[in-house]
Amino acid sequence: MQILLVLPLILPLLIGCSALIRFRNIRQTVALICLFLNMLVCLLLLVETHLYGVQVVQSGGVIAPYGISLVVDSLTGVMLAISGIIGFAVGIFSAATIAANHQRFAYYPLFGFLMMGINFAFITGDLFTLYVAFEVMLMASFVLLTVGGERSQIEGGLKYVTLNLISSTIFLIAAGLTYAVAGTLNMAHLAAIMAEQPSPGIGTVLAALFLIAFGIKAAMFPLFFWLPASYHTPPIAVTALFGGLLTKVGIYSMWRVLVMIFPQELAYLQPLILVLAALTMIIGVLGAVAQTEFRRLLSFHIISQIGYLLMAIGLLTVDSMTGAVFFMVHVILAKTALFFVSGLAYELEGTYKLKKLGGLSKRAPGLALLFLFAAFSLAGFPPFSGFWGKLLLIRSGLEIGQYVIVAIALAVSLLTTYSMLKIWTEVFWKPLPKQDTELASPHKRLSPLMLAPVGVLVGLIIAIGVFAEPMYQLSEAAAVGVISPVSYIEAVLLPGTGE
Amino acid sequence: MTRSVFFRFVVRVMLPVLFIFSLMLMLRGHNEAGGGFIGGLVASSGVILMTLAYGPDEVRQRLKIDFLRLMFFGLLIVILAGLVGLIIEGEFLAAEWWKPVLQGIGQLELGSPLLFDMGVYIIVLSVTSSIVMSMADEGERMDD
Amino acid sequence: MLLAFAITAGMMFACGVYLMLRRSMVRLIIGLLLISYSVNLIIFSMDDPNTRGAPIIDSVEESAMSDPLPQALILTAIVISFGVLAFTLALGYRATQVAGTDNIDTLQSTDRGT
Repeated sequence: MQILLVLPLILPLLIGCSALIRFRNIRQTVALICLFLNMLVCLLLLVETHLYGVQVVQSGGVIAPYGISLVVDSLTGVMLAISGIIGFAVGIFSAATIAANHQRFAYYPLFGFLMMGINFAFITGDLFTLYVAFEVMLMASFVLLTVGGERSQIEGGLKYVTLNLISSTIFLIAAGLTYAVAGTLNMAHLAAIMAEQPSPGIGTVLAALFLIAFGIKAAMFPLFFWLPASYHTPPIAVTALFGGLLTKVGIYSMWRVLVMIFPQELAYLQPLILVLAALTMIIGVLGAVAQTEFRRLLSFHIISQIGYLLMAIGLLTVDSMTGAVFFMVHVILAKTALFFVSGLAYELEGTYKLKKLGGLSKRAPGLALLFLFAAFSLAGFPPFSGFWGKLLLIRSGLEIGQYVIVAIALAVSLLTTYSMLKIWTEVFWKPLPKQDTELASPHKRLSPLMLAPVGVLVGLIIAIGVFAEPMYQLSEAAAVGVISPVSYIEAVLLPGTGE
Repeated sequence: MTRSVFFRFVVRVMLPVLFIFSLMLMLRGHNEAGGGFIGGLVASSGVILMTLAYGPDEVRQRLKIDFLRLMFFGLLIVILAGLVGLIIEGEFLAAEWWKPVLQGIGQLELGSPLLFDMGVYIIVLSVTSSIVMSMADEGERMDD
Repeated sequence: MLLAFAITAGMMFACGVYLMLRRSMVRLIIGLLLISYSVNLIIFSMDDPNTRGAPIIDSVEESAMSDPLPQALILTAIVISFGVLAFTLALGYRATQVAGTDNIDTLQSTDRGT
């Protein structure tokens, strides 16, 4: 039991330690085995929390508000499971696509540190350790982003580093002030204290600080500029991992900290968050429509989808949060799958420029079909996973009468469809344009190893869309657990009663 | 890069002092001021002095340590220290103590926190040293 | 004392922001450094002996003790910012090498769509 909660931290760290192994192939095998085990453990944790409630480990055996608690509730379980799946998929995809000269720079060990940071951010029950997890994650991602040292990578990396450092700094200030106000940093304890004795003035300031700190990480309008400037520069497997998971850790932290700890203070900020959510959606999708580079287009879509996840915080009902958790799972899967597709298009034709790509529907019909499913899901067509998430969000918006944001969400869906169609016509439908110069095209055909991760992710998208009921129940449990965290607080602070 | 004779001499005298001081800081860290991080910083300041006095290439030749690999070794030790508590007591990172009595010396207090500190010491020493060495490499290249 | 902390931290933060708004890479990095120091100072001033005593020892009266937790937090924050800034320094150095200038305004190629 104990070991199960610690394993999501230890297994990725072991990947990190595999840098000691001299042979690249063994290193890669160790990494893939660890990633696979990590996925299994995360799925097991999800099942366990769903069956037996919130799971807690006090590290070092120190009792709750004084030590560092590791907590897995329904939301953490869902997030861990999805990150485990994505981690393994990206691991396989990297094995197929990452060039040997990138592997030389300890690619998998860094990957391991990144996964450790992500898992740690999900699993920790302590505000300051959340900061540490963010830093672990960012350090690993800084290096992954700039490995290879091309000019664009260095430039993108510099923007990424600077803005994320500022975000961490604001987070640290907010955490320090929270300690001054409440005298604790344990999230369960904090939630209990803030519910009993709210401190109106300073509480709102704290909530705003956390909103800015996590907003930068999550690429919220108007704090998103680092994302499109840096995400398209590293190798595509890295971009897929970043695009799938990193911004979502920011959103997860918003849910965990703002919704769970500062619900009353959040009430002041809700109108602001709704406006920001709307602008994030619109600016993101308009940016995407204007792009002519595959990866940059998808990067802007990340921002646009973040808007939907913010919208749930602005509405703040159980229904909207349920929709948001569902949408989160969907968007992580769809986004990673789409980045994979762009990488495979590059493998076939040697470019990411939409103008120079073409003819892939004839050349790789399987890939075209996979893209179509993922794109339709992102746009929110039934019966794919994106439909249900958006449906739940929009229904909850209508229920509490926020018609403007609902209208915007629907319009943005339409524009998403348009930009996906743009990719479809440019990359897959139109014939391959005559090239001025011969492009480097290392692969004439796609290996099964490259297609398998995309296939599995798209399979999951369809499965979630068709069998939406179990996923809905999981999301609802997660949403209830965050909005009224009674079981979370009890499990952490009163050991023995929770299990 | 300055390579004065005096500086080299002082460095040669200071090095053992620094390393022993750093070990002392690490060992007493559980109960008094000190610990793995500070100890590692002091030790790496020794490596930095060496790099300043002799240049990065000669330091590599003399020490024969790959600091990057050493870092991962330290990480393994840290994980191990966490697992000791998990295996014996069922609590991750719990402190486990082993207190053998040695004839004529007294009681020793060895435990998983010490192991943890050793791991931290190694990580800090190797990270700091490898950063400084690689920057010194760049400096050498600029001088050429 | 608290007032002095507040003013110092505020000044350092302001200096850091000012430096970051300049065009030079070195100033950007020094600005980040100053900001992270000022945050450490802010956390240090979170210690309020009037509301909390140290939980561990009771040989000294509570008002004479300082809260150990902010100090532990600062230590961690220092370690982290040490690592991150070392990396930023290396990155900034590479950037000046690659771009041939330390003017940040020239690093725009990833912002444009081309």
